[in-house]
Amino acid sequence: MTEVAVVGFAQSPIERRGDGTTSGVEMLVPIFHQVLAATGLAKQDIGFWCSGSSDYLAGRAFSFVQAVDAIGAFPPIAESHVEMDGAWALYEAWVKILTGEADIALAYGFGKSSAGELRRVLALQLDPYLLAPLWPDSVSIAALQARLGIEAGLWTEKDMAQVAVRSRAAALSNPQAQLYADVRADDLLDEPYLADPLRAHDCAPIGDGAAVVIMASAERANELCERPAWITGFEHRIDSAQLGARDLTTAPSAAGAGRAAGAGRVDVAELHAPFTHQEILLRGALGLGDDVRVNPSGGVLAGNPMFAAGLARIGLAAREISTGRAGRALGHATSGPALQQNLVCVMEARS
Amino acid sequence: MSGQPAAVLGVGQTSHRTRRSDVSIAGLCREAVDRALADAGLALTDVDAVVVGKAPDLFEGVMMPELYLADALGATGKPLLRVHTAGSVGGATGNVAASLVQAGRHRRVLAVAFEKQSESNAMWALSIMPPFSMPVLAGAGGYFAPHIRAYIRRSGAPEHIGALVAVKDRRNGSLNPYAHLRQPDITLESVRSSPMLWDPVRYDETCPSSDGACAVIIGDRAAAEATQASGRPVAWIRATAMRTEPTMFAGKDHVNPRAGADCAAALWRRAGITSPIDEIDVAEIYVPFSWFEPMWLENLGFAGPGEGWRLTEAGETQIGGRLPVNPSGGVLCSNPIGASGLLRFAEAALQVMGKAGDHQVEGARTALGHAYGGGSQYFSMWVVAATPD
Repeated sequence: MTEVAVVGFAQSPIERRGDGTTSGVEMLVPIFHQVLAATGLAKQDIGFWCSGSSDYLAGRAFSFVQAVDAIGAFPPIAESHVEMDGAWALYEAWVKILTGEADIALAYGFGKSSAGELRRVLALQLDPYLLAPLWPDSVSIAALQARLGIEAGLWTEKDMAQVAVRSRAAALSNPQAQLYADVRADDLLDEPYLADPLRAHDCAPIGDGAAVVIMASAERANELCERPAWITGFEHRIDSAQLGARDLTTAPSAAGAGRAAGAGRVDVAELHAPFTHQEILLRGALGLGDDVRVNPSGGVLAGNPMFAAGLARIGLAAREISTGRAGRALGHATSGPALQQNLVCVMEARS
Repeated sequence: MSGQPAAVLGVGQTSHRTRRSDVSIAGLCREAVDRALADAGLALTDVDAVVVGKAPDLFEGVMMPELYLADALGATGKPLLRVHTAGSVGGATGNVAASLVQAGRHRRVLAVAFEKQSESNAMWALSIMPPFSMPVLAGAGGYFAPHIRAYIRRSGAPEHIGALVAVKDRRNGSLNPYAHLRQPDITLESVRSSPMLWDPVRYDETCPSSDGACAVIIGDRAAAEATQASGRPVAWIRATAMRTEPTMFAGKDHVNPRAGADCAAALWRRAGITSPIDEIDVAEIYVPFSWFEPMWLENLGFAGPGEGWRLTEAGETQIGGRLPVNPSGGVLCSNPIGASGLLRFAEAALQVMGKAGDHQVEGARTALGHAYGGGSQYFSMWVVAATPD
């Protein structure tokens, strides 16, 4: 089987309300330059491009079409797009390398969450006949999940606050983070509820951003990167959309993807957990022990650019390897209400 | 050929109509999926992964509807990908599903594409005013009409060519039980006397707005041989290709876009085809407005620049001609936008499987499926054949 490694990553600063348009071009051009310069590649060297974004987030049809302007796609390029987080674009690009049709592939994701009212926009992901007309928003659905976990004894509000404390503290050393601070759990717990039992610190902030990852096959990876992050498992699964039919205290799709990808034996994991209790849930579902460093970047609680955040988790996990901080790393992405869809990418260093 | 061999094991589509108010979005998709499974003699449990394609989510007012469709498509517990590459998305859906098999990831993959246009109004969903770019104004027809006028001026094509395409495709559609528009009695005169919508495109030269879905099951060599052993033909995927260029830039050729030409060149090279007009037996080409038949014949390399209309005028694109184009009736007869590309790919497969019924092209062994989207900037194509190589 073709061996593939992550060889480059760049991410825009995450901003509460960026100046750019919903096309993503203003966020993408600088990070394309950055990642191409770091790998010494020109755009013509990219054999396959794949992007992830959402028309609903942009509030217009075909929003990704204009993002192509960030590439300068002439001569024409081999390209595709998923209406998903960029992590799934990376998956499609990885598959393309496995077919032998490309040696080097680039995936990017972008989202301008500030363009609309995010929690109401995401309500439109629900069953359009039976659930969406009731407008249960994404924060309220996550609150239901958090409440069920508390009642099942899986976590407490204090456990959740401690996740936020660690996230904010870790983000102090992340120049692209949106939220970073030295805070105490007891102080956070004094704050009012946003959606009982979730407080503001339990919810990822709304932010605009973009991310890009470059992968290469074995023949090219070593010349492009000193310490490539070799992909040893890349899997994704989806669960039922029927909230009432799911046990919301678990995420079988995350567990299944994690098992298939070999999630158990990693040094570090970047988890896409937009709510504090979801980090606890995912640690369990992925079988990550207490010795695994989780979200050294601060995770998406420190900045959650929709449709780029999952891809950025994989890029950040790969960076743990390229900088020598980890031998095996895991990047995770999620999509849909209450962790409905999950993706796991496990990477390792090789001498 | 890229990676491991892959083949179409089964094909299904809905009856395409203006309004399929008898089914939900899930029901519409499931109608196509169940037919594809029956066609291949398989069950949902035989499917390892699902790829969903559709055009903009605003067409139905559901954000990422594949999330809600996971149960109906039997995708729970499995990998599910959602592709969106504008109007070419149906083709891209087929190609991505094929790549999952070619990469050795899965044994059998279900590709589903749909549009339920009656849930909203596609023309006005497209007529938006994005910042810093030219608005499309009155939907796709208003956008493409100037390109057609440029083609006519450039090629010197007689003005009735578009109407000839419409007559052919609508009559072909009358041979296809699933087609939305079935007009066996249409004539050149009736097309040419229909109302002018976007000069030179008349009402009868325009695709309809349809509710519809298409499903294709793609399998690896072992799965294909198992299907064949059960007495069912398969369509081997000889090559796939996709290309993209920006919507607008200095030097953009809207009549003969380079992305389409490059895509076709890559496709023919991968399929080992040196003379498409001689080696392709039937082509399902994305023709939403009649004049795009001669335009794409040139872009694809079936005819030289400015010569495509001659094939149309000589009747060579009719069933029985040198290169039958859109024997199913094509997009001019059924246009569930997100599914239209996969329908082209599926109809090409049906032809080489010998299962196209009344619109079967005799002896079809090698066929093209083609789709395009955006401002003539996204292209996806495949070549399927009766034998693996």
